[in-house]
Amino acid sequence: MKPKSIAIVGAAETTELGKIPNMSQIQLHADAALNAMADCGLGPKDIDGIACAAEWPTDLAHYLGITPSWVDGTMVGGCSFMIHLRHAAAAINEGLCTTVLITHGESGRSWVGSKAMGNNPASLAGQFEIPYGCMGPPTMFTIPVLRYMKDLGLTHEQLANVAVVQREWASKNPRATHQDLITIEDVFASKMIAYPFHILECCLVTDGGGALILTTAERAKDFPTKPVYVLGTGESVETPMISQMKDFTSSSAFKVSGKKAFNEAGISHADVDHLMIYDAFAHLPIYGLEDLGFVQPGEAGDFIWEGNTAPGGKLPMNTNGGGLSYMHSGMYGMYALQESVRQMRGIAPAQVAGAKTSVCHGVGGMFGASSTIIMTNEK
Amino acid sequence: MAINPKTLPKPTPETQHFWDGARAGKLLLQQCDNCQHIYFPPRPFCPDCASRAVTIFQASGKGRLYSYVINHRPPRWIEGHYSIAVVELDEGPRLMSNIVEVEQTPEALILDMPLDVVFDAVTDDITLVKFRPADPASRTTSGGGA
Ligand SMILES: [Zn+2]
Repeated sequence: MKPKSIAIVGAAETTELGKIPNMSQIQLHADAALNAMADCGLGPKDIDGIACAAEWPTDLAHYLGITPSWVDGTMVGGCSFMIHLRHAAAAINEGLCTTVLITHGESGRSWVGSKAMGNNPASLAGQFEIPYGCMGPPTMFTIPVLRYMKDLGLTHEQLANVAVVQREWASKNPRATHQDLITIEDVFASKMIAYPFHILECCLVTDGGGALILTTAERAKDFPTKPVYVLGTGESVETPMISQMKDFTSSSAFKVSGKKAFNEAGISHADVDHLMIYDAFAHLPIYGLEDLGFVQPGEAGDFIWEGNTAPGGKLPMNTNGGGLSYMHSGMYGMYALQESVRQMRGIAPAQVAGAKTSVCHGVGGMFGASSTIIMTNEK
Repeated sequence: MAINPKTLPKPTPETQHFWDGARAGKLLLQQCDNCQHIYFPPRPFCPDCASRAVTIFQASGKGRLYSYVINHRPPRWIEGHYSIAVVELDEGPRLMSNIVEVEQTPEALILDMPLDVVFDAVTDDITLVKFRPADPASRTTSGGGA
């Protein structure tokens, strides 16, 4: 993708976040989409490209009254929306469409109009992982960590500290689910979910949604919103089975995606003012910081401990409070993107003063997929 | 450890040999005839070089504890906390399993501890491949949802 050729002109989350029992999943998509269209002054007739995950783009196009000439239903888990953004940028540049709406909505807590993904006992994961008492992400996504801790020296305190620092950010965000400050002792005293992970090291379970609208950078000046330019993008996948992840201390998908995005953007790590790393569990920012190249392998625990990613630090990370404290409906990538857009627009609740470049990095499945989007507010 | 019927593995034509082997008390792996790569999970070609010439062979059943979690929220059909572990086989491949005949605690489950395969016949058709400490002195008769 040509850097800065595409701009995000519309961005919004659902009106409510958290517990939304009065809305079905598709209505959460629509609520976010209507908010994003209102944000940039467009209507359904102005949209000619649509992408979403967890619902079919067919369902959304019909529900919203959109007649697209480009659709993308890529579904690789929580980073699908970052991949949609990447594909949409390429599609607009190729002339396949001009104005793309990416929606997400998930009734992850209330389970209104959503369906469980269910186990396929004939899949490789269904045959060779699930029968061993795997009970979803808390008991699977977490498995590589003890190996990481032994090989690279991460401590339980450093893992808990990820949640502590993100709560500092959440305390500045009135929309965050949890805003009370916590200590490492609080994390250790919280309920054990899957050793070594306590509940405060695991993401929230909420309802919500978000939507983005993209068009060419050239057209972006005609919109009422401050344009946020797409500077670099990346994506990759590794494995649907956590047991088959090649290196338990590093994600191949993170590395491939991150490298691609940084190369495309033509920036160095020192140029990054703001960072989002999808945090379904407390270890993800640690893997992300290392696999994206911000620090060397084994250094991320110390890096966070020293306050570098906390309010006032040199690399503000997960400034909405993250999946651990802000919200997490199951597929969190859309909310990370929304926070990067807010930071680039200069309207985030915990705004990083003068931030010009934001890196937004997502995971899909359990280290199964990844996508990285780099944004800037400078033309 | 009891198993939920909904999570019973459903063998496919490509994996049937593995399940037949497990039922007969053998841990079967595959090796590429072209590049000698040993791999898991089963498939009728080499994921390294795409050769369809592969040979099924019986693994030693020896490995080490590579990583794990201890599930503190067991489903209603399982009693007590239990480990969900990844074992690295001496032949190279890693696989998901449970570590049995040992207390399900961080103190007893030591990374890199040597393990031996055991076979858990959960139904007439399905036998799950599990592991126990190789050192008999490290084993308990209870524990580990054995
Ligand atoms: Zn081969």
